[in-house]
Amino acid sequence: MAYPAKYRYTKQHEWVDVNGDIATIGITDYAQHELGDVVFVELPKPGAKITAGKSFGTVESVKAVSEIYAPASGEVVEANGELQNTPEKVNSDPHGAAWLIKVRLANPAELKELMDAPAYEAFIADKGKEASA
Amino acid sequence: MESLNSPTITELRKTSLNALHRRLGAKMVNFGGWDMPVEYPSSGGLVAEHRAVRGGVGVFDVSHMGDIRIRNGRRAGGALAAVQHLSMNDASRLAVGQAHYSALLYAEGTFVDDVIVHRLGEDDFLLVINAGTREKDIAWVRANTEDFDCVVEDLSDDYTQIAMQGPRAVDVLQSLTEASLRGIKNYWFTHGTVCGLKDTLIARTGYTGEDGFEIYVPSEKTTSEQVWTRVIDAGREFGIVPCGLGARNTLRLEAKMALYGHEISEKVNVWEAGLGRYCKMEKGEFVGRDALERAKAAGLTRTLVGIEMVERGIARDEYRCFSETGEAIGVVTSGSPSPTLGKNIALAYVPPAMAALGTILSVEIRSQKCKAQVVPTPFYKRAKKAADPHSAKMA
Repeated sequence: MAYPAKYRYTKQHEWVDVNGDIATIGITDYAQHELGDVVFVELPKPGAKITAGKSFGTVESVKAVSEIYAPASGEVVEANGELQNTPEKVNSDPHGAAWLIKVRLANPAELKELMDAPAYEAFIADKGKEASA
Repeated sequence: MESLNSPTITELRKTSLNALHRRLGAKMVNFGGWDMPVEYPSSGGLVAEHRAVRGGVGVFDVSHMGDIRIRNGRRAGGALAAVQHLSMNDASRLAVGQAHYSALLYAEGTFVDDVIVHRLGEDDFLLVINAGTREKDIAWVRANTEDFDCVVEDLSDDYTQIAMQGPRAVDVLQSLTEASLRGIKNYWFTHGTVCGLKDTLIARTGYTGEDGFEIYVPSEKTTSEQVWTRVIDAGREFGIVPCGLGARNTLRLEAKMALYGHEISEKVNVWEAGLGRYCKMEKGEFVGRDALERAKAAGLTRTLVGIEMVERGIARDEYRCFSETGEAIGVVTSGSPSPTLGKNIALAYVPPAMAALGTILSVEIRSQKCKAQVVPTPFYKRAKKAADPHSAKMA
């Protein structure tokens, strides 16, 4: 699955798509693949504050629980309620329909720390090498 | 995303099929010091593997399991006496060609390990033990058989153990052997030629709650890979898929089969674990018996129950359980979504007063208490097979 050029990526495998002062956040295709069958998504409610680098929710597969870390700080304006009934969308469309939350950014400068798509692809390619070594 | 239970990488042990799993693109994990496949994306992942076993057939590499053979020394009866002393079930009741579930116990009546005991001959037994407890088990067996006239051999590295599980496992294996599989009852075994390998141990055993077989072939790499490949080829028409430890865990949990380090451990006794039906107090002396007698007289303080989440949330291993009034009452030993039932299930230790079916309790999930209730176990039991023309003829 392609990594959209417009998105920015974290080392914990979240993506962020910025439109004005609103950032949409999700997990990457690499992340959903590592997790396996996603069966449960727990997200903050609108109004909640999230902090860059801190956990804001969890995604669970059959076998494991994974925390989701905020790529940037801000206030949640919307959570993807669809995922409560169709968590498997995280596997099938992680970069699109399975976005997790929309956030009003507190400090857009934080995003400068994140990777662009080619850098992220190189990052996960290295991880792949580590795993098969 | 970061996994809360990522394995620490140390020097991991590998089965003879390790390279093959990697070629298949399996996701590998550290399981008790072994580098093992947890799921195969090429099979469709954990849930698809789980469903294949419930509805068709799946194949597992379980070569990490250990094997201890106990035979007579100079005098007849030495091996049987040793096995009777070492394990809680009554091995004297086993016919040659029969196996049963049993356990090795500490003097405290708690678990060294759970085992499958196979009676290979009148005075010849094979104990199949867990991977993570191999060294401990072998040392314990040696230490506790010093006064017996028997020979203890560690054959753990000699075998590649392959499990074919599911209602079509019998069809797959039958196409690879001349041994008549229909005649082998559950928990019985035979020796026969499999994939041209003479004298292969073929046991109708498994850890999935489904019908199936486990075969023990030489651990030499080329041979092991050839057998695996032939199983896959033979199983193609039945939709066989390679299955990892992830599916093995959800399958055994639905069937309420204990996992060492979870439901059973050196801290849990036989009565608490609900495994009394495999413990034959009347057979006479065995390690742990005295403590179990005392524990029985003293009564239970906790017991293993099956629970089902009522509220949204997945109970996981080691999560704490609370009564409706908020009192801490116990802990989850294994918990997972159940692919077969579509519910979130778990096993947990709770006080006997909280063990009645329908009892409402809560499980603390990331500092939130989520409602659950005690339900009957096993969570899943396979349907009794309709009359089979082959077995009808034999009866």
